[in-house]
Amino acid sequence: MKRAGFANPWLPILLLVPQLTIIAVFFYWPAAHAIQSSFFLQDPFGFGSTFVGLENYADLLGNKEYLKVAGFTVVFTLLVTFLSLGLALLLAVKADNVIRGAKTYRTLLMWVYAVAPPVAGFIGILMFDQSTGPLTAFFQSLGWDFKLGVVYSDTAFAMVTVSVWKQVPVNFIFFLSGLHSIPVAVREAALIDNRSASGRFWDVTFPLLAPTGFFLLITNITYALFDTFGVIDTLVKGEPGNNPMNLVYKVYVDGFRGNDLGGSSAQSVILMVLVLALTVFQFRLVERRIHYT
Amino acid sequence: MKINTVLATAAVLGLTAPAFAETEITWWHAMGGALGETVEQIATDFNASQDDYKITPIFKGTYEEALTAGIAAFRAGEQPNILQVFDAGAATVIGAKGAAVPVQDLLANNDVAFDINDYIAGVRYFYADKDGKMIGMPFNSSTPIMYFNEDALAKAGVTAPVTWEEFQTVTAPALKEAGYIPMSQSHLPWIFTENFFSRHNLEFANNNNGYDAPATEIKVNHPAIKAHFQALVDWKEAGLFEWYGTGWGDNATPFENGEVAMWLGSSGSFGGLQAKVDFPFSAAKLPYWEAVTAEPKQTFIGGAALFAMAGKSAEENKATAEFFKFLTSADTQYFWHQKTGYVPITEAAYELAQKDGHYDRFPAAEVGIQQLSLPAGEFTKGYRMGFYVQIRDVMNREYGRILTGETTVEDGFANIEAEANKLLARFAKTQG
Repeated sequence: MKRAGFANPWLPILLLVPQLTIIAVFFYWPAAHAIQSSFFLQDPFGFGSTFVGLENYADLLGNKEYLKVAGFTVVFTLLVTFLSLGLALLLAVKADNVIRGAKTYRTLLMWVYAVAPPVAGFIGILMFDQSTGPLTAFFQSLGWDFKLGVVYSDTAFAMVTVSVWKQVPVNFIFFLSGLHSIPVAVREAALIDNRSASGRFWDVTFPLLAPTGFFLLITNITYALFDTFGVIDTLVKGEPGNNPMNLVYKVYVDGFRGNDLGGSSAQSVILMVLVLALTVFQFRLVERRIHYT
Repeated sequence: MKINTVLATAAVLGLTAPAFAETEITWWHAMGGALGETVEQIATDFNASQDDYKITPIFKGTYEEALTAGIAAFRAGEQPNILQVFDAGAATVIGAKGAAVPVQDLLANNDVAFDINDYIAGVRYFYADKDGKMIGMPFNSSTPIMYFNEDALAKAGVTAPVTWEEFQTVTAPALKEAGYIPMSQSHLPWIFTENFFSRHNLEFANNNNGYDAPATEIKVNHPAIKAHFQALVDWKEAGLFEWYGTGWGDNATPFENGEVAMWLGSSGSFGGLQAKVDFPFSAAKLPYWEAVTAEPKQTFIGGAALFAMAGKSAEENKATAEFFKFLTSADTQYFWHQKTGYVPITEAAYELAQKDGHYDRFPAAEVGIQQLSLPAGEFTKGYRMGFYVQIRDVMNREYGRILTGETTVEDGFANIEAEANKLLARFAKTQG
């Protein structure tokens, strides 16, 4: 068999240049800059700076508040990812069975996808508002004295709820199209072999959905880690106080509000390493178990 | 060439090119909503008052966002001529030698008369350096005062409390009895920390509150303020005080709705309250603890100052100086004071407001300036601490925990002290 290739070795590089330039300008350069800044404590205006080596990192890792934020980030990310995927899968499987009015249901379920995170946060504020929020009134009627922005766990509850609500539609779309791509013949064969709907789901549908699920797992973890920023910012109204926040929001609070460039650079480097490790882990360990058709 | 074309070209040129060059300057500010409209009005009035200079105000978001935008722009060489910086961020700008042209020098170099004694006592040195030279021009200056719902106090048969002892034993129980939540406040670091230290004339940080040399130790872990926070916890438990979270508005809303009888807010909230509430309200000075001091002092100004950013041409600096002259004139100050409730920063503007009968019509509007004109003490000039925005974040976090029972007053203040001192040490290294 003839090996396909480029006659001129420079051509592929030339074709890659635009993409590489974009990555270099928008990722490698800022990343290198962040790594460099993380070894300094510098005046925000750029007049003075002191090389402090790894002190910024040591300060963070020795700070119990930072570790608390990191702990919250883990719990928050797991909850948001699990709930967004679980609910979306449930809705997709159920919507897939609906025949009459299927389009209407699907459109209604997908609608929220168009809402931007800060807007979702704002809707969350309206729903959970201390004095006028309908959900606050509902919880209080159940005897739960819900107070957004006052009680740590209540604010965390609102953050998870709004983030999940915002993410379910996009997962729903993917799961639904994933379900559509399962061949009818396979489903029919399964129907003969197994009468239990849940049995068929776990033995046949779920493994066949795995490639979609894996893709969504990665995007959802990224969403919960990074894209929920807008939701968190709006729900705490820019003033975290005693409320929970995730690591990305902490970078913003210390760097952009507090003007601590060295400390927040060190935080972003830590995040970068975490994401790198997470990605390697996902592709090394999880993806191996997935069969692409 | 046709004569028409020549005429048309001339006409167009005549319309577009100004008769002489105007010097244009920019002003980045953080005044949203109605305040922003008043800022625009001041700029428009300045532009209309003369033909040589044109100022363009640009809204940059919250105080923190405006400061960050200004810093980023400075590093890129794109800084505005004037940057509005809030109280907690002032140390960052003043600490960065060379970021701003001291306003006192700017005015002197451009032949604008300046006498620091023209300014009311409370605002003179807050944005000044250790030698008393004014670095930032005080702009929207406010101070925390106590607003009260007159109907509520009448119903309870009490008057506004002068001391916290009076609040605790007389005012609050009566208001509770009358069906009100007696009190809320909107900014624990500002009202119950910084101004607690000023009102009681307590040292807030070493090195003369950070004026003589960069502060290395915060004195926040003081028995008097710890007793105050313990009282807040007890009052909250007893239904005499309520805390609605860190957000400013969340604590103001229940007062505006008439659920809360007294609210500690900013003297600059006056204009907004007037537009919003439908009950008669007035204001009184911030209460103090008789147990701590028999002679309560003036409070700090809050709000923000205008800094003339360095690296601008002489003509533009001249324009900035002229604008400051316009801004500090008695008429402009009185206009700003009337519209917003922020205090007038000069004695002349204060006198103008008195003469005009402003305080006969709105007695509450005078409380802020009266409080700022109280006798000064050793520690009432101001405070200067690096990374103070983060220190405030730490305070907000610990105070929230104290008030929700997550931590004790003792542990909370120990945490604030330790973390704040660490931040001060870190800030010292940024200047190296």
